[in-house]
Amino acid sequence: MTAPASPGLVTDTLIMTRRGFAHWARRPGAVATELIFPVMMLVMFVYFLGGGLAVEGGDYEDFLVPGILALTMAFGLEGTMVALTQDVERGLLDRFRSLPIVPSSFLVARSVIDMISSAASLLVMLVAGLLVGWRWHEGPVSALAAVGLLLLLRLAMLWAGIWLGLLAGRPELVQTIQILVWPVAFLSSVFTSPSTMPGWLGAIAEWNPMSATAAAVRDLFGNPSWASDAWAADHALLLAVAWPVLLLAVFVPLALHRWARLSDH
Amino acid sequence: MTDAIAVTALSKTFGDRPALDGLDLTVAQGTVHGVLGPNGAGKTTAVRILTTLLRPTGGSASVAGHDVLRDPAAVRRRIGLVGQHAALDEGLDGRQNLDLFGRLHHLGARAAAHRAQELLERFSLADTGRMPVGRYSGGMRRRLDLAAGLITRPDVLFLDEPTTGLDPRGRGEVWEAVRSLAGEGTTVLLTTQYLEEADHLAGRVSVLDGGRRVAEGTPDELKARTGADRIDVVVRDAAQLTAAAAVVGAAVRAAHPVTDPDRRLVSAPVSDRMAALTATLRALEAAGIAAEDIALRRPTLDEVFLHLTGTAPRKDPA
Repeated sequence: MTAPASPGLVTDTLIMTRRGFAHWARRPGAVATELIFPVMMLVMFVYFLGGGLAVEGGDYEDFLVPGILALTMAFGLEGTMVALTQDVERGLLDRFRSLPIVPSSFLVARSVIDMISSAASLLVMLVAGLLVGWRWHEGPVSALAAVGLLLLLRLAMLWAGIWLGLLAGRPELVQTIQILVWPVAFLSSVFTSPSTMPGWLGAIAEWNPMSATAAAVRDLFGNPSWASDAWAADHALLLAVAWPVLLLAVFVPLALHRWARLSDH
Repeated sequence: MTDAIAVTALSKTFGDRPALDGLDLTVAQGTVHGVLGPNGAGKTTAVRILTTLLRPTGGSASVAGHDVLRDPAAVRRRIGLVGQHAALDEGLDGRQNLDLFGRLHHLGARAAAHRAQELLERFSLADTGRMPVGRYSGGMRRRLDLAAGLITRPDVLFLDEPTTGLDPRGRGEVWEAVRSLAGEGTTVLLTTQYLEEADHLAGRVSVLDGGRRVAEGTPDELKARTGADRIDVVVRDAAQLTAAAAVVGAAVRAAHPVTDPDRRLVSAPVSDRMAALTATLRALEAAGIAAEDIALRRPTLDEVFLHLTGTAPRKDPA
């Protein structure tokens, strides 16, 4: 019996995406843990450390919430990488590739699933932020623009995760990445002002893509920003767009190249 | 009628290591074809090329009348693949897995659900259809994996070492499933490391070694060339080993009995088991050679290779 020709990318992607929803329905505990982890970080920093951190121009939570939002989006890299690595390792990707589907639907579905879960995570974080006393002061358009920038960063990290997941194919590299994201996270303006860091470290922190998104989101929410005279801090909005676009320009071709190379190994 | 699988001078090189080195293979429609070989012989590489997962370095291959390079989409619509490792979504239950693969084969929602139920029943998995695959036993996984390869009743089904790691019961279940498929007209290409498995299932067998076909025939033809069974004689006195080899060889009419001085062993192929045993016992007694142990057994894969190729199988160092 011959299976019918593929009706196209959209249908295949929808079927693949439904698989992601089925995973969530099967593992509500894991989903909850994923959603709660950034909230826990927020609570820890606001209540455990925030009291000891004197910041000029506002309350610590007003600095922190936009920072943790950017951090959560960047850390999404891990989730994408883990999901992809599992499919590669279990041979599931091979089975998908032997099916009469549009091959790229697998990658598009991964993107859709992860973007939906990140949007949900963002919503939970915003509510948690409101609960710890954070507020936004600009209009809904600015707020939506902030959310847009955050999701743009997530999309860039998603494709970095796809590339790394295809590259690794095994869980070992995932663990390495899960450790390495931490220094990258702290070497940014997420938790504290880069001007308090040793000079050259501070300069790197200013240029961290996470810092750019965090600073731009602070602006758009009308939250205070760290005092800084660095060029990167002055042009946060520009960098918050430019960084993810640049990362996408690098990682999408890398991921697609790796995808095409699956047929050679 | 076109051949279900036609492979000509197929080669594949990983870095500078050749995995396939000019493989020729033809499989007639509606037959079960065994591909027998040790680890590293190129069996899996061949299956991966034929199922469009891997691009060959050279040569050509077509499956169900479609070239794997020029029209991979047409090939994918006509094949089922059951790889070495159960390729299942462990986060879903058995039914959800089959449903997913059915939908990805573009069966409608109802047709996919119906087919999933049918296959769960056929592979005795209906009771556990709602259990996440992560909790399945090895045999259950293998059965579900096989079911997933049969969603669309493929024209050509590829089974890559389908019984590796299964207990005898699980192996029996897989064998039965393959036989009943063959009865329905599906062409099956089955790779295996076990001569016995190829013997049970396949109408024809290609023997692979070092990325090439080194022999092909029906299992009976191959066995006739290798000697179906072997007799092993362990002598008490190592000094009598050479004499014993000559005596045993003459008794069972084997040209070249194999000797292993470390184990004081003489081994020779036999055609008639009981006659060979009696003749060997009598001949040893007449020659005054004391035996410590005498046994009849099936040939090992190594011996099959030795007889077919004159060399031991090349072992993959990896």
